[in-house]
Amino acid sequence: MAAFLDVQNLTKTFGTTTVVKEVSFAFDKGEFISLLGPSGCGKTTILRMIAGFETPTSGSILVDGQDITTLKPNQRQLGMVFQAYALFPNLNVGDNIGFGLKIAGMPAEERRARVDEMLKLIGLPGFERRYPYEMSGGQQQRVALARAIAPRPRMLLLDEPLSALDAKIRVSLREEIRAIQLDLGITTVFVTHDQEEALSISDRIVVMNSGSIEQLGAPHEVYNKPATRFVATFVGHLNTIEATVVDAATGLVDIDGQTVTVPTLPATASAGAPVSLTLRPEVLSVGAREGNDITLTGTIADVTFLGSVIRLRIALGRNTLSLDTFNDQRTAPPSRGEPVTISLASKDLLVL
Amino acid sequence: MKPNKFWSWLVFGLGAAYFIIPLVATFMFSLSMRRGYYSFDSYASVFSDPRFQATFGYSAVIGLFSIVVGILVVVPAVYFVRLRLPWLRPAVEFITLMPLIIPAIVLVYGYIRLYNSSSIIPFTGSALGTDILLTCAYVTLALPYMYRAVDTGMRTIDIQTLTEAAQIAGANTAQIIGRIILPNILVAVLSGAFLTFAIVIGEFTIASLLNRPAFGPYLQNIGANRAYEPAALAIISFIITWGAMGMINVLGRFAPRTSARTD
Ligand SMILES: Nc1ncnc2c1ncn2[C@@H]1O[C@H](COP(=O)(O)OP(=O)(O)O)[C@@H](O)[C@H]1O
Ligand SMILES: [Mg+2]
Repeated sequence: MAAFLDVQNLTKTFGTTTVVKEVSFAFDKGEFISLLGPSGCGKTTILRMIAGFETPTSGSILVDGQDITTLKPNQRQLGMVFQAYALFPNLNVGDNIGFGLKIAGMPAEERRARVDEMLKLIGLPGFERRYPYEMSGGQQQRVALARAIAPRPRMLLLDEPLSALDAKIRVSLREEIRAIQLDLGITTVFVTHDQEEALSISDRIVVMNSGSIEQLGAPHEVYNKPATRFVATFVGHLNTIEATVVDAATGLVDIDGQTVTVPTLPATASAGAPVSLTLRPEVLSVGAREGNDITLTGTIADVTFLGSVIRLRIALGRNTLSLDTFNDQRTAPPSRGEPVTISLASKDLLVL
Repeated sequence: MKPNKFWSWLVFGLGAAYFIIPLVATFMFSLSMRRGYYSFDSYASVFSDPRFQATFGYSAVIGLFSIVVGILVVVPAVYFVRLRLPWLRPAVEFITLMPLIIPAIVLVYGYIRLYNSSSIIPFTGSALGTDILLTCAYVTLALPYMYRAVDTGMRTIDIQTLTEAAQIAGANTAQIIGRIILPNILVAVLSGAFLTFAIVIGEFTIASLLNRPAFGPYLQNIGANRAYEPAALAIISFIITWGAMGMINVLGRFAPRTSARTD
C-alpha cells in the first residue's frame, strides 16, 4: 500500500539558514505521528509546509497520492489546531465549529447536525451559544479541535496544542485527543517538544534535531533502542557512566574503583582508555535482583519524591547515577548519605 | 485640602472654563433671537431652512460614501501590510500622516489642476464627477484617523493565526477579511467612521473650492449673513461632532475580549 502522507526531501531555508534539511518520511492512513524535538529544530516549519503556510525551498509533499506541495492552504482539505487556540473571537462556539462547513457551502440544517455531533464528540454538548472568552483554555482547545475536524479533513495537524495549558489539563486533553483520533481514524501529525507527550499518544515518532531526522520509530523503539546519542538523551532520562577500560578483550572496565564486565565495548577501546556507558534510570535496582549481573556500591546523594516513583541520586565516586524505584507506602524512603548497593543487567547498557 | 490637589483643581477649572464659557455664551446667544426672553426660534429658523436640510443631507451622503470607500481602502491595506509586508509599516504610517501636513487647499488645487474640465480625466466637468472627487478628498483627509483606528484594532487581535485558522478551513482572502478580520475590528472601524463623519460634516475649504452644496459652505454663508442662526448652527454642529465622539466611547465597550486562558 502506498503511503498516505509522503514527505520527500523536504528542505526549507530562511535567508541563509537552512532550518529543515532533506527531511523524508512516509506514514499510513490513520497513523498518529509526532514530530518531537527541542525548540527551534524545525518541527513547526515542517508542519506549516504540510499545511501550506510556508513554501518548501525544495522537496515535495504528497497526501493520498496527490502532490499538494504547491496548493494553497485553503485547497488542501486539512484541519489544524494551533497552540494559542485561535478561535474566532467574533463567532460563538457553534459558528466556530461550523466555519469550514459554511465556507464549503453546507446547508444550515446539515451544518447544525454536524456541529451537534462535534460538540458531543468533544464532550461539550449544549455549548454552541457560548463565546470563546467565556470558556476555559481546555474547553477552547477542544472547540478548536472540533473546528478542525468538522469538515472531515484528510489529515489533522496539531502544533503544540497543549503547551499553553496547565499540567493537569494537558494530560487529560492529550488522552482525549488520542481517543478522538482513534475513533475517527484520522491521520494526525502532532508537533511537540515534550517527549512524554509524544511517547504517550503516538503510533510513531519522528525525533528531530537541528532540521534533520535523528530517528523514526514507534515509541518503544525510540525509547528502548535510541539510534543516536541525541535520541537517547532527549527521549527519557539517561545516565552516563565514565569508566576506564581494564581489559578490552574480556570487556573488563573500572568504574570509580569497582571492576565490572560489560558485554560490548567499542572496537577502538584499549586498556587504559576512557569509555562512556549509558543506561536508563529504571534498569537500575536497589540491592541484588534476579537477572542482574553487575553490582555496584555507592552512597545516596539525593532523594526526590515524585509520588508513585522515588528518584535516587547515587554517588559512586566521580559518577553519579539516577535510579527510579516505586514508592512503597509501608517503608520510609531511603535517606541521604546512606550506603547503598545497586545492580543492573549488563544487557541493558546502551552502547552508543 | 492638600495644596497639590488645590492646584490640580484650579488648572482643571481654568481649562474647563476655557472650553465651556464660549460654548455657554454661544448657546445663550442662540436663544436670544426674541428680545426679552429666551426661545428656540433661531433653531426653528435653521431647521425650517430648506438649504439647511439640503446641504446637511448632501454632506451626510458624501460622509457615508467617504466612510465606505475609506474602509474598503484602509482595512485591506492595513491587513496586508501587517500580514505580509511588516517592514513597510513605517513608510505607510508616514504616508498616512501626509494629509495632516499638507493643507487641504494644496490638495484641492492639485485636484483642480489635474482633473479640470479640459484635462484628460475631467472629473470636475460634471456634478457626479466632482462628487467622486470630493469623496476621494475626504477619504484622504480622514486617512490619518481611519488608518490609526484600524491599525490599533488589528493590533489587538492575532491576525496571522486567525488568518491561518480561516485559511486551513477553506476560506479565501475576501472571506477572511469579510467574516473574520472586519467583524473583529468593527469597533475600531466604526470609531474611524465617526471621525470621518465629523470631519466631512464641517469641512469648508474643499467643498467650497469644488463648488459643491455641502454643509460647510452653508455654515459659512449663514455666518456671514445672519446674527442668531450661526450660533444655533454652531451648537448643532457641536452636538453632532460630540455625538460622534461619544459613540466611539460607547462602542469601546463592545471591543473583542481576549480569551487567552491556561485552565
Ligand atoms: N519565518 C521565518 N523567518 C526566519 N526564520 C524562521 C521563520 N520561521 C522559523 N524560523 C526559524 O527556523 C527555526 C525553526 O523554527 P521552528 O520550525 O518554529 O522550530 P520548532 O517548532 O521546532 O521550535 C528557528 O530557528 C526559527 O527561528
Ligand atoms: Mg514550534
